[in-house]
Amino acid sequence: MKRASIGLAFVAALGLLSNLHAVGEALKKEKDGKWEAADGSPTYNIANDGTVDWYTFSGFRRYHSECHVCHGPDGEGSTYAPGLLEPLKTMTYPEFMLIVATGRQVVRADKQSVMPALGDNANVRCYMEDLYVYLKARVDGGLPRGRPAKRADKPAAADAHEKACFGDR
Amino acid sequence: MRRIALLSASLAAIAFAMPAMPNEDVLRQSAKPEQLVLQTGDYANQRFTRLDQINRDNVKNLKVAWTFSTGVLRGHEGAPLVIGDIMYVHTPFPNIVYALDLNEDGKILWKYEPKQDPSVIPVMCCDTVYRGLAYADGTLYHHQADTTLVALDAKTGKVKWSVVNGDPKKGETNTATVLPVKDKIIVGISGAEFGVRGHVTAYDAKTGKRLWRAYSTGPDSEILFDPEKTMSLGKPVGKDSSLRTWNGDQWTIGGGTTWGWFSYDSETNLVYYGTGNPSTWNPVQRAGPDGKPIDQKWTMAIIARDADTGMARWAYQMTPFDEWDYDGVNEMILADINVGGKPRKVLVHFDRNGLAYTLDRVTGELLVADKYDPKVNWTSGVVMDRNSPQYGRPQVVPQFSTFQTGQDKNTKGICPAALGTKDQQPAAFSPRTNLFYVPTNHVCMDYEPFRVSYTAGQPYVGATLSMFPTPDSHGGMGNFIAWDAATGKIVWSKPEKFSVWSGALATAGGVVFYGTLEGYLKAVDEKDGTELFKFKTPSGIIGNVMTYSHKGKQYVAVLSGVGGWAGIGLAAGLTNPTEGLGAVGGYAGLRDYTALGGTLTVFALP
Repeated sequence: MKRASIGLAFVAALGLLSNLHAVGEALKKEKDGKWEAADGSPTYNIANDGTVDWYTFSGFRRYHSECHVCHGPDGEGSTYAPGLLEPLKTMTYPEFMLIVATGRQVVRADKQSVMPALGDNANVRCYMEDLYVYLKARVDGGLPRGRPAKRADKPAAADAHEKACFGDR
Repeated sequence: MRRIALLSASLAAIAFAMPAMPNEDVLRQSAKPEQLVLQTGDYANQRFTRLDQINRDNVKNLKVAWTFSTGVLRGHEGAPLVIGDIMYVHTPFPNIVYALDLNEDGKILWKYEPKQDPSVIPVMCCDTVYRGLAYADGTLYHHQADTTLVALDAKTGKVKWSVVNGDPKKGETNTATVLPVKDKIIVGISGAEFGVRGHVTAYDAKTGKRLWRAYSTGPDSEILFDPEKTMSLGKPVGKDSSLRTWNGDQWTIGGGTTWGWFSYDSETNLVYYGTGNPSTWNPVQRAGPDGKPIDQKWTMAIIARDADTGMARWAYQMTPFDEWDYDGVNEMILADINVGGKPRKVLVHFDRNGLAYTLDRVTGELLVADKYDPKVNWTSGVVMDRNSPQYGRPQVVPQFSTFQTGQDKNTKGICPAALGTKDQQPAAFSPRTNLFYVPTNHVCMDYEPFRVSYTAGQPYVGATLSMFPTPDSHGGMGNFIAWDAATGKIVWSKPEKFSVWSGALATAGGVVFYGTLEGYLKAVDEKDGTELFKFKTPSGIIGNVMTYSHKGKQYVAVLSGVGGWAGIGLAAGLTNPTEGLGAVGGYAGLRDYTALGGTLTVFALP
């Protein structure tokens, strides 16, 4: 499957060798406070003093409003829904968006696990990138559990995006 | 209770002449301590049994008599019912009902499994729990997750009628039990985290026809409040008591859902219950037109309604303008105790907000309001001076006001957390000691509200929160306490590693039972909380302990099967931001102690 092979390539690029990881870090680009990986997918940034970029922080906030009630604190999972740290090791941003927007169902006699389609929900849709980069920061950026201690200020671009996405005048 | 026994004896003759009404049948059946016909034990919600074979001296000898696997993995709340020789066990979604033969160690007599659209699962905030069946007059009343209320023939499991109470597409779901009162079934609704407008509805017990519906918010004609006759704190509520306290039409998606317990007093003919939080969790978005806090009535309130008409006799709002998600849905326990040296007919309520209230249940007069966890810090207390304009209102400590700290800012160290000092897990009252036995949470939080938009059927939360064990305490996340509701004092408090998320049972044997999230069934001495017995069941306990008697022998039973809000919040363990990064993971995660799976465990003396 194409998805799987893209996923594998992604793993190879990001994770398995620490020097490659360092290369990945070096190839990251920043524009208006938003970080982008070499392959163009959104990514997090954690400065040496632990300051996270705005979008990672925003993802933390939105996660603990929209996702936490099923997936538990900090992406750790719960008795109700699986943890997200394992799957996010390999999940690409397009795959992530697809699942969040359209939902997912496993309904069998022994298991009824249903994730709703959240694509209509502005509180989620407008923060897809934020949620993704937050979880990636948890998975492979070493971001510890809990609220990030320090964050960058909210960029003007984030404000503008929010207003446009919520349909403000 | 003697009064109830007398009443049911005199009503037996009437019942002979005409079709028995559930009220009489419930009174008659719940007066028999061998049985359990309501989740709440009796109409008063006391959760006390007159059975005394198992007592302080011999409880240490309890052994497992038999067990039953429900075949369902989700969180198991509530308790099985016992009527005659049959036990009725319910499960979380898919809401199976089993009728088990007590004469044959729980052989399955019949099984009922409804077909429900699985799309209801993700709109149930915090697990697909279900707090169980109610029985009246040969009928089991089963309220499914998708809000279908089904009347089942208790002998055969055949459907007599069914009716749909809400729309899961709008986030309306059910987790609660129902209460048969007179010829009616009283039914609530869940979904405040989806902007559902809460209501209570009465259906005809024989046909399922809708008889009245009372919303928590909106115009007087829809909330069934009489501006002159409905009282609050000794005064008529006046015209538009709800509408006046909302900004614009926010009340239409304003929450105040009714997913807790109902109690009933046949003397006053009143049904008592609590309403949940206003939606959203972001108080800034709910401020009044002048930008100031506004009450959002009648969310977060205790409401007493006439069982026949649904009209509200009195109401009391505990947490006006909620800023912390302190739903007011916990049980209302009715008891007759001395307050200030005088016998009073009271209603006692342990609220999520950390305050325990004692009110006169006839008039709604506020008698006592005190913290039942000394670490509660968001309020300095409730004003009890009748002449004060603040009478009956909790005084908010500015440091812990998420509204005053503001949107996009983090308010730190609020106690209790949104879980509340207690959630739905019901307390018990023992007339032997006149004490209330209360399962509690001992958890605090940081809370940051922010802007959200409303979409029907989608979460409408608007705050991010981190929870942690109460700082500067015993390090655990729960306590099991004994409470004196006349004086507002904790009599004893037993620390627990995790929140106590299991309903308590008080007995005439002087023993109080409860379950723990690790999975222990515990028995403690009613006098001082000394632990007399514990047994580790197969999974964490969020069910309520019940007792029954069969062929002259007393049994104690409990559902285990971890889940619910407790399982979501505590599975991975909590972190304490105030102790810095080094402490992360230093607190016990529930997943290190227990895993999913529903089992009923039944205990007896050898």
